[in-house]
Amino acid sequence: MKLELKLAFRNLFGSRLRTLLNVLVLSFSFVIIILLNSIMDGWNQQAQKDSIEWEFGNGQLINEKFDPLDPYTILDGHDKIPEENIGLTPILERQASIYPQGRMMSVVLKGISSEQEILKLPTKILKESKEEFPVIIGKRLAESAKLNKGDRVQVRWRDSKGTYDANTLSITEVFDSNVPNIDNGKIWIDINKLWGMTNLENEASYFVVDGKFKNPELSSWNFKSQFALLKNLKDLINQKKTAQSVVYGLLLAIALLAIFDTQILSIFRRQKEIGTYIALGMTRLRVVRLFTIEGSVYSVLALIVGSIYGVPFFIYMSETGFPIPPADQKMGIALAEVIYPVYGLKLILMTVLTVIISATIVSYLPARKIAKLNPVLALKGKKQ
Amino acid sequence: MKTIIALFLSIQLPFLLTSQVSDLKALKIIEEIDKNMFSKTQIVTSEMIVYGKRKKRIIRSRGYSMGKENNFTEYLFPEREKGTKMLKLNERLWIYSPTTDRTIQLSGHLLRQSVMGSDLSYEDMMEGKRLSEVYVAKIIQEENYNESPVWVMELVSKVEGLAYHKRVLWVDKNKFVPLKENLYAKSGTLLKTTTFSDIRKINKRWFPMKMNYKDVLKDGKGTDFIILDVSFNSKIPEGYFSKNILKK
Repeated sequence: MKLELKLAFRNLFGSRLRTLLNVLVLSFSFVIIILLNSIMDGWNQQAQKDSIEWEFGNGQLINEKFDPLDPYTILDGHDKIPEENIGLTPILERQASIYPQGRMMSVVLKGISSEQEILKLPTKILKESKEEFPVIIGKRLAESAKLNKGDRVQVRWRDSKGTYDANTLSITEVFDSNVPNIDNGKIWIDINKLWGMTNLENEASYFVVDGKFKNPELSSWNFKSQFALLKNLKDLINQKKTAQSVVYGLLLAIALLAIFDTQILSIFRRQKEIGTYIALGMTRLRVVRLFTIEGSVYSVLALIVGSIYGVPFFIYMSETGFPIPPADQKMGIALAEVIYPVYGLKLILMTVLTVIISATIVSYLPARKIAKLNPVLALKGKKQ
Repeated sequence: MKTIIALFLSIQLPFLLTSQVSDLKALKIIEEIDKNMFSKTQIVTSEMIVYGKRKKRIIRSRGYSMGKENNFTEYLFPEREKGTKMLKLNERLWIYSPTTDRTIQLSGHLLRQSVMGSDLSYEDMMEGKRLSEVYVAKIIQEENYNESPVWVMELVSKVEGLAYHKRVLWVDKNKFVPLKENLYAKSGTLLKTTTFSDIRKINKRWFPMKMNYKDVLKDGKGTDFIILDVSFNSKIPEGYFSKNILKK
């Protein structure tokens, strides 16, 4: 084995340019795989953290008639707050229309306690405001409705019986959140105010729960754990990861094809050398092993070269982050302006193993031909 | 004590009686309006003119209605809307689109969307309750409106669940037809204005042939609704008010 390793390194360093090109292409694939996966992992971590902080809390207790993804259910999807409500922050949703600059826009009024602390929403401002109908909105709604902090806007809604009511909302704060679900078309108002506006006192569409919640069996309310609420997000990111694997799969395939090509060429051109090895007493299996090691050493060298220029690049990326274009941030999923890559040990080990194993396999496949070579003909230099 | 009560009654009674007489008169007036505006059946060919920022759109349709619950409308013009059908049965509304060959039922917030970009929502079009049944009327003023003597009447809802809590009507004293109507939210905010013009006598009833609906919270000139032809109490086949009519 020691001899094979020694010979493999000597042969590789002997053919300088060919080795350098193979190593560079493979190292590039190695760096790209780690970078793309680390960006996806960074997004995953950031999106989950933001979704928990801004939207999900420790889970949600949802009215059985209310489906957060179906606006048709807003009208009837609410009920009285149960007596056993420790650890529950009620949220009531009602549909409304606002009229910024004389345009009509459909929105959802979301009533939440101004004293809540479970979500990161700056609801305390609602309590401190002296306006009659103070509200807070997210930057996305502010942008689409062309509204700013301090602006006033007409709103029209219906009470519990269906009668129209209208008044003027005061925008007391425009918050910046990465979670579009709590921002796009949503206006946050004190729940007491919304109860008064709609005659739906002590009613809620759903609750955000905190650590004190014991999950008792409550009729007409269904509990969704934090894990279940994050499932859609995780599925989406995993789907994106799979789609992205095509890109680096192609890159890796190009690099492996180069190694495969080099191996075939080596075995074809170095038949005299192979014959000599066998004549000097090497078994065919050892010669196969020698050529396989030669091929897999490319991957080891690629990891070393990749680390030389990749590590500083990874450090730089983890500090500056990967900027996301504004258009992508309007996709409707939790996405920050900048994603900071996360380099996990699992990711690095998996990538290293993928590169080494795949390089070894593509090196071994052409080397199998050596086992079938006639050593006498090989020594004479006759091509087989 | 008796003297005080007698004095109080002598002062208040004329006012109370006058007020009751006035309320009765107001009720009679809105009943007369209902007689003019409502009929057992109605077949209307109309044009809806929707004013946009740059240009206006004209949409022609023919509507068949039976009572206040059932209505079927077929769009005739422009080519893009031709063949679109709308059926309202009680509180439910279906729309058939020939381009997709599909029928969809509208409910919830979709009913609040505007009809083909106009200032009218599907809910506004579905509204068909007689004013005298659901509102308490009061005459608040008498004046001239567009050179016609009118009663200015305030109507406040007497039943729950009406879209508009309060309406103010300018009613033509001679024709018992509203010339203008303001619709208010519970807070008193003016939401919509309707103006009625080109009042004609058709089959012994006065009827406005042109209406302008305006959502006052929105910019723009509102939506004109012009009646080209109308017939009252004509026979409409039962089949017009079934879902099968939509795909015919």
